[in-house]
Amino acid sequence: MAEQIIFYVLAIVIVVFSILSVSSKRILRSATYLLFVLLATAGLYLLMGYQFLFGVQISVYAGGIMVLYIFSILLTSHAGDKAKSVSWKRLLLAGIAAIAGLAVCGHIIFHNVYKVVEAVAAEPTMQEIGKAMMGTEKNQYLLPFEAISVLLLACIIGGIMIARKR
Amino acid sequence: MFDFSIWTNWIDQFLRTNLPEFWALAIEFVVVGVIILALYCIIALALIYFERKICAFFQCRLGPNRVGPYGIFQSVADMLKMLIKEIIPINHTDKFLFYLAPFFVLIASILAFGAIPWGNGLQILDFNIGIFYILSVSSLGVIGILLAGWASNNKYSMIGAMRSGAQLISYELSAGLALMTIVVLSGSMQLSTMIEGQKDCWYLFQGHIPAVIAFIIYLIAGHAETNRGPFDLPEAESELAAGYHTEYSGLQFGFFYLAEYLNMFIIASIAATVFLGGWMPFHVTGLDGFNAVMDYIPSVIWFFGKVVFLMMLSLWVRWTFPRLRIDHLLDLEWKYLLPINMVNLLVMVIVVIYGWYF
Repeated sequence: MAEQIIFYVLAIVIVVFSILSVSSKRILRSATYLLFVLLATAGLYLLMGYQFLFGVQISVYAGGIMVLYIFSILLTSHAGDKAKSVSWKRLLLAGIAAIAGLAVCGHIIFHNVYKVVEAVAAEPTMQEIGKAMMGTEKNQYLLPFEAISVLLLACIIGGIMIARKR
Repeated sequence: MFDFSIWTNWIDQFLRTNLPEFWALAIEFVVVGVIILALYCIIALALIYFERKICAFFQCRLGPNRVGPYGIFQSVADMLKMLIKEIIPINHTDKFLFYLAPFFVLIASILAFGAIPWGNGLQILDFNIGIFYILSVSSLGVIGILLAGWASNNKYSMIGAMRSGAQLISYELSAGLALMTIVVLSGSMQLSTMIEGQKDCWYLFQGHIPAVIAFIIYLIAGHAETNRGPFDLPEAESELAAGYHTEYSGLQFGFFYLAEYLNMFIIASIAATVFLGGWMPFHVTGLDGFNAVMDYIPSVIWFFGKVVFLMMLSLWVRWTFPRLRIDHLLDLEWKYLLPINMVNLLVMVIVVIYGWYF
């Protein structure tokens, strides 16, 4: 029962602050609400017993990306800045797009979630994660894979830069 | 060594046999929470007294000596003053973020505080990812400082917050890499396993040269992470008033103050746990009589002894070196500490692969 109570508290926090973060008019407040969403997601991971995922969620999203966001907001905006209010037509369109996205994602998750749950039943130990990162057998090679993805990203950005220069 | 988990297991069994599981767990959560918060406050008060006395001695003064014998109740009186002070609201600020910011700083340090192993069997959170957990939750404090500086709507606070953000983010890298060096040696991130691995010889001596380099780098980086002199430019009072907490008063300022002192304690206790064996007594392989005598000293005293020693080092550094300039500070991290640290990590990997450690 304790787990269910914690789950519902976290779920309510995620829903409420997600809505607040897109509806707030002050940009730094939006960033803070987004931070709450990320922290509550980390709480969900901890509730499921995935401690490594919890640590990564906090240090990468809350400690890394959010600090980057807040830094860039601090350098580009003033304390009194407020976003302009949006016309109701655009609000309606955005709402429809959001609900359509939710429906598609919800459908996919609902029909595929059981396959994933079977694949990762127990929490992997740190040693297993390390082997998966650096090893050279089946289901390993994670670090080279990530390095390739960074290379690909650099290529994409370089391609855009070259195309824009002309 | 007396194992404190006998007591805690007995309490747990007692609650579980007399109450349904939900209520037993609820009572344990509340009790553990109260113990953490109480320890947090008591240690902060003790540290404030300790620091004021020591820094007085460094400056050939007496320090607090009016309230109680040798002034030992001075920080209690200060606490009462802080509690009854008015919290002054500031106009033209973002009130929500302004009131939220101190909590971020405080909660980040309480979360890290919960994972410290106090003695044999006295540890609240013992995760598989131990050290990584401490590093990740303590990175939340930066957000509180940045929000505090921005929400104060004051140029001094803002500059202080930007400096502090740059400093904390840079030095976190060095602190993390220095700890990773020891994780390579121990083969585990779990704090209890790491302490068990130092049964015969502390990691500082086991890993000899790379471990000593990592220890020194961790002490420098940890000192910088606590925003204290010579790295105290976020709150350099001659240039920035009080930096990011200029506009805070009363208990909100108290939160920043508490978190600053406790961060010093947390850094010292992580250094003690990872490099100096935590609560593990000093053992020399072969000298069984000596080891048995060392085992008679309780584990909690070993832990606090090491932590107090490391904090003495921290205070010594604070009152010895002049404040750095911001570009020198960032140079020190990015041009010296980080490259040394990366090479050191490789050296440690080679040492572990060839088995050149004790």
